[in-house]
Amino acid sequence: MIRVQQEDFDIGAELDRLSQGNHAIGGVASFTGLVRDMAPASETSGKIGAMTLEHYPGMTEKQLAAIEAEARQRWPLQDCLIIHRYGRLLPGDRIVLVATASAHRQAALESCAFLIDWLKTKAPFWKLEDGPEGSKWVDAKGSDDAAAARWNK
Amino acid sequence: MKILYFAWIRAKVGIAQEDVAPPAEVTTVGGLLDWLAARGPNYAEALKTRAVVKTAVNQEYVDADHPIKLGDEVALFPPVTGG
Repeated sequence: MIRVQQEDFDIGAELDRLSQGNHAIGGVASFTGLVRDMAPASETSGKIGAMTLEHYPGMTEKQLAAIEAEARQRWPLQDCLIIHRYGRLLPGDRIVLVATASAHRQAALESCAFLIDWLKTKAPFWKLEDGPEGSKWVDAKGSDDAAAARWNK
Repeated sequence: MKILYFAWIRAKVGIAQEDVAPPAEVTTVGGLLDWLAARGPNYAEALKTRAVVKTAVNQEYVDADHPIKLGDEVALFPPVTGG
């Protein structure tokens, strides 16, 4: 399931709902992304005060659905959840939740890592940070491309 | 044809979206970028470094040689930074 929303989410409630009533599930893996107060670009220049996440409504949902479909093809998943927020967020706020449920831990853990790695390089979101020197668009990182590329078959 | 701009490309162009009617000889995404870049200094600046201009047609990622046609939704944006 894909959700793109402004509102916060409750991790415990979301994970409970994912496995509720399905006793074929033996493990749930999850990753939660948070807003850091130190942006990579400003680690020497100071802390960020807030972040605004922009996205491409329509394409975002399409890309996330494609990423979920790819994960379900590669691993035997019982269920899968991606929640990504947009709008203005503060340090400590939750940005993204990826959760996978499977009969066994390996499929759940691997597919969870795959989902967040692919999401970071394919889902059309952009971060604008408010720092001490004004607003700055976050640059894409080569390390994210490398993390996504390790899942290429 | 609808063009959408996102993130710093939107900020540099100065608008979020517009409807354009490129001439018939503009048949690919790459050709469209060249045509847009010639429309003014704001476009030229936004599209200057092609390696960091990602393109989507009808919400799917495409390369510069992808064909375009009337009615397409074309989006131009920098490399994504979500997650």
